Amino acid sequence: MRSITLSQAVNEAIAEEMRRDETVFLIGEDVAEAGTPFKVTSGLVEEFGTDRVIDTPIAEPGFMGLAVGAAMTGARPVVDLMFGDFLYLVMDQLCNQAAKTHYMSGGKLKVPLVLRTNLGATRRSAAQHSQSLQALVAHIPGLKVAMPSSAYEAKGLMKTAIRDDNPVVIFEDKLMYQDKALVPEEEYLIPFGEANVLREGDDVTLVGTSSMRQVCEKAAEILASEGISAEVIDPRTIVPLDEDTLLASARKTSRVIVVDEGHQSYGVTAEIAARINEKAFYHLDAPVIRMGAMDVPVPFSPALEDLTVPTPDGVAENARKLMSGEMIHAA
Amino acid sequence: MAKTPKKNAEGYLRMYRQMVRIRTFEDNANQLYLDAKMPGLTHMYSGQEAVAVGICEALEVTDKITSTHRGHGHCVAKGAEFREMFCELLGKEEGYCRGKGGSMHIADQSNGNLGANAIVGGSMGIATGSALRAKLQRADDVTVCFFGDGATAQGLMYEVMNMAALWKLPVIYACENNGYSEYTRTEEIAAGSITARAEAFGIEAHPVDGQDVLAVNKLATDLVARARKGEGPFFIELMTYRYHGHHVGDINRTYYRSKEEEAEWKETRDPITLFGAWLTKEGIAAEDELSALRDAVKTEAKDAVAYALAAPYPDGSEVDMHVYAEAS
Repeated sequence: MRSITLSQAVNEAIAEEMRRDETVFLIGEDVAEAGTPFKVTSGLVEEFGTDRVIDTPIAEPGFMGLAVGAAMTGARPVVDLMFGDFLYLVMDQLCNQAAKTHYMSGGKLKVPLVLRTNLGATRRSAAQHSQSLQALVAHIPGLKVAMPSSAYEAKGLMKTAIRDDNPVVIFEDKLMYQDKALVPEEEYLIPFGEANVLREGDDVTLVGTSSMRQVCEKAAEILASEGISAEVIDPRTIVPLDEDTLLASARKTSRVIVVDEGHQSYGVTAEIAARINEKAFYHLDAPVIRMGAMDVPVPFSPALEDLTVPTPDGVAENARKLMSGEMIHAA
Repeated sequence: MAKTPKKNAEGYLRMYRQMVRIRTFEDNANQLYLDAKMPGLTHMYSGQEAVAVGICEALEVTDKITSTHRGHGHCVAKGAEFREMFCELLGKEEGYCRGKGGSMHIADQSNGNLGANAIVGGSMGIATGSALRAKLQRADDVTVCFFGDGATAQGLMYEVMNMAALWKLPVIYACENNGYSEYTRTEEIAAGSITARAEAFGIEAHPVDGQDVLAVNKLATDLVARARKGEGPFFIELMTYRYHGHHVGDINRTYYRSKEEEAEWKETRDPITLFGAWLTKEGIAAEDELSALRDAVKTEAKDAVAYALAAPYPDGSEVDMHVYAEAS
């Protein structure tokens, strides 16, 4: 199997689906010749032309709205939102229009579109280009939310998203675009709502979304060297959420840490922790721990920014406290 | 009334009938509200009938429209049936949206109505996106985006008009200027000229008397044909008047609009009265024929209301249906 970058994987997924289905088109700022600032869509305009790889003015609500209307009438747009922070600009079109149209029309209208955007801090881009806003959209019924954790997931989830008949938001970690992973040459899809158990363990479950999967995997290595056996799970999609896999692991290990790069308060970690608490309470030896980004706007200075996101050492430290009972006494 | 190139008695009578149907639908919807038989509120289209009918009569079934919170008129004009509409207003299972949308969200896909929209200006992207799809797929349908003068204050309008003009999309922006942005006079919310805003993007813009169904229809027929040939987009500002308040509950409104002004529009500018007088003057229909037509529509509406009142609500099990589309 060859190894390709996350950026190449996304590019391949979009290209394959555009070849397979002529109703698929790509729209956004600088997606054609420029290939986006992260060079994810480079080369697509050469193959598919400017009819299907559409550069727009800097008008996020406008092109998001166009995508909703195109999707409602028989196309499958893939919308490129240059930074996840710009979600705030498209909220009406995404949450009031795209998410609700199928329901409000009693099932008559469908909005099969993909909004691909990104998340992730520590790129020294400050508070308006560093946010991880997946919780905002995961809160809205009618939207699906995918969070690929490697090139392999990025390709398989993107292809599934494009074929889905609902609006899907995909968050790629902007720091992972050059990270390589093994990706099959042959076609594959990754179904939504199926978590991936990356590492089996008995003592503690580490749930990590997107790049927090790698944080959890590194924490598991540290813990293994200390004799603590950690299980690592990547939910892959947070809507729908594979509750069964998470609950089975929680019941087995009896200790869970949930790690996600969105703000901790009212976040993805809170939702997953609550579900485990509600449904696996009697199997737990300790409270489920949330680890999100600090509840501060993302600061610019590296000295400050690095303090705001979960790290392998931080996850390992919390795991040790869970094992020793310190967390329970703190509660 | 505007001069028309040829006499098309059948078409004229259909337009008259559709205007009467809208007025009659609204009279019944208002009564359902006053009788406390309708959940929630609704926004009356009465007074603006010539806009929806003049434009929709220029469209094919395959052409698309997007509508607004004041959307019953567009819905009727694009071909919807009273029964399904009243059922939707009452939250019944047989409504166009199985009771999940209500007055502000009626969509009738079979007739190309992509839906009313309760966010002011919210459908401008959808209409323009529908036109983008038509262009990409080389379909020949045209999309009409209905919106009010109030929506011209929304930024989305300028973003999508810019793209529609850049890409020559087959969309017609139909601004119904009824003089009021909710509870505020339009002069207080709109600086400069509304048509000049479209012209700034290089979009051909036309003002038209929105109480004159023939003038509206003539203009719309011409622009739809040109949009179909790839000459779009276009912008129309239709000067019209809203007989009721912002919504059915907006009864005491003299603080923003005088009763004398309302009476004057109703007495001298009513689109149905004006068109009826033209039809009789031109010898296309006698007044007793028009009267019989109005009575038949009243009966149709009365029967549909009775049907909807007796119709069942959706089963509770439907509450979490249609959140997500199933794989097709």
